[in-house]
Amino acid sequence: MARLAFGIAIVVLAGTGGEIAVSHAMKRVGEVTTLNARTILRAITRAARLPSLWIGIALMAAAFFALLAVLSWTEVSFAIPVTALSYVVGAFGARVFLGEQVNGLRWLGVALVCAGVALVCLG
Amino acid sequence: MLLVLVVLLSAVGNVLLSVGMKHVGAVDIRSLGALAAAGAAAAISPAVWLGIGSLLLFFIAYLLLLSWADYSFVSPVTAFGYVLVPLLGWGLLGEQVSPLRWVGIAVICVGVGLVSGTPPRTTAPVPMLDEEEGR
Repeated sequence: MARLAFGIAIVVLAGTGGEIAVSHAMKRVGEVTTLNARTILRAITRAARLPSLWIGIALMAAAFFALLAVLSWTEVSFAIPVTALSYVVGAFGARVFLGEQVNGLRWLGVALVCAGVALVCLG
Repeated sequence: MLLVLVVLLSAVGNVLLSVGMKHVGAVDIRSLGALAAAGAAAAISPAVWLGIGSLLLFFIAYLLLLSWADYSFVSPVTAFGYVLVPLLGWGLLGEQVSPLRWVGIAVICVGVGLVSGTPPRTTAPVPMLDEEEGR
C-alpha cells in the first residue's frame, strides 16, 4: 500500500513537475503563434538549448516508467483515475512556480475536468 | 488552431498505438524473449509507427502552444481528448459507451468550457519569435 501510494505520488508529481519545467522553458523561447516551418524550427532549436526543457522531459519519462510500475501493482481502473489528480496538482504548481493567475472559474473548470477524466476512465 | 491540432494528434496517436498493440497481443513482461518478440512485432506495425509519429507531432504542437499559453489553461483544455476518443469509438467503430462514461464526458465538457472562459495567458508576454525573423 505504501509502495503504491509512493508510486502514484511519483507519477503525479514527476509528471506535473516535468510539464511545468517544459512550460518554463517554452515561455523563454518567445511566442510562436503562426505555423511557419522556419519559426517552428527556430523555436525548437532554441528550446533544446534550455536545461529546463531537458529536466522536464527527464521528469516526464520518470513519470511514465513510474506509471508502468504502478500498473503492474494495481488495476488500470484504479491507477488511471487517480492520476487525474494531476490536473489539480498542475494548476497549483503553475500558480506557485510559473506565477500564473488561476481564478475561481479556472479552479472550478480544473476540478470538473479532474472529476470527469476519473469518471471516463472508471466507466 | 494549434489547440485543436494538439487534441486531435494526441487522440489519433493513442488510438493508433492501441490498435497497433492490440495486434501484437498481450505482452509477458517477465520473459526477455517474449518482450523482444513483442518489440519486433510492434516495430513492423505501420499503426504503431503512425501512432508514434502522431504523438511526436503532438508533443511539438504542445510545446509551441505552451510558448504563449498558460500551463494551467492548456492542460485542462487538452483533456478534451478524453471526450474525443470515446466519441470517435462510438461514432466510427460502434463501440458501447457506459452511462458512467457519458456522465464523465459531460462533466469534462463543462470543465473545459469554464477554463476556456478564462484568459489563456496571465503572465507577462515575451517578445514574439515570429517578429524577430526580419532582424
